[in-house]
Amino acid sequence: MNFIHALLPTPARSLLLFVVWLLLNNSVAPIHLIVAALLAVLIPQLTAGFRDPQPPIRRWGLALRYIGRVLLDIVLANLQVIKLVLGPNKNLRPGFVLVPLAITEALPLTILAGTVSLTPGTVSAEILPYQLDENSAKPKYLLLHVLDLQNETELIASIKQRYEQPLKEIFQC
Amino acid sequence: MTVLEWIIALLVIAGTLFVLLGSVALIKLPDFYTRLHGPTKATTLGLGSLVLASMVFFNFIEQQLNLQQLLIALFLFISAPVTAYMLIKAGLHQKLTPAAGTQQQELMKQRDKLAKGE
Repeated sequence: MNFIHALLPTPARSLLLFVVWLLLNNSVAPIHLIVAALLAVLIPQLTAGFRDPQPPIRRWGLALRYIGRVLLDIVLANLQVIKLVLGPNKNLRPGFVLVPLAITEALPLTILAGTVSLTPGTVSAEILPYQLDENSAKPKYLLLHVLDLQNETELIASIKQRYEQPLKEIFQC
Repeated sequence: MTVLEWIIALLVIAGTLFVLLGSVALIKLPDFYTRLHGPTKATTLGLGSLVLASMVFFNFIEQQLNLQQLLIALFLFISAPVTAYMLIKAGLHQKLTPAAGTQQQELMKQRDKLAKGE
């Protein structure tokens, strides 16, 4: 058990590397299986020094539902954006919004910022304050740029309820 | 035309239109910050549906298992928001002027204080 742990410190990442290598080659020939296995073992070992511990995914079912919801939202977001982009510029009400954060861990926060950038009319601009090392202040706000800002409180509430809350449950943080 | 060909045609047309829309947004919108919205959303979805069309074509019509497109989609969905984030952050550091009528512009000044955790 200890041997396996030493060989594969991050099993999920190794599995991902293995699958990605096979997909890149689009083949399961023995030579590709061997190279994929080698890479899956070597890359996590070589990059161990860069690794920050991240909270694990605790609820896989919810994570899958989250992915589905985000994909659906991307499609809906684009239908809205069509209208805004093709309409006259003077009808746009762009604006900045500061969203207070409840999650502070790097991985869930990255996913949240990415989701916000891909969905309805919002792009993540900055996570404040900057976290330079372990001792500095935890992230507190996410600064957004909104293409068509109508109701700030509603927007913040919907981001928190639609994306932040599920992420909090998925990672249990 | 078979049903599969219809599906592929629809996906390719929708994909092309969304990529075009993303580029139109890049030219037409008033300032740097709003222009970023086009490439992050419309282009991602457009490329996504082109990739999907390619998957349907190779797996169902050519009858060969071909999943590389999944990787393209995965990398696309990871890289688009990161690029947008870096660009908009650079824009804020350069203090680019937002379009007239942008709401809550004072947040652009406040972020220096917030960044230090005050």
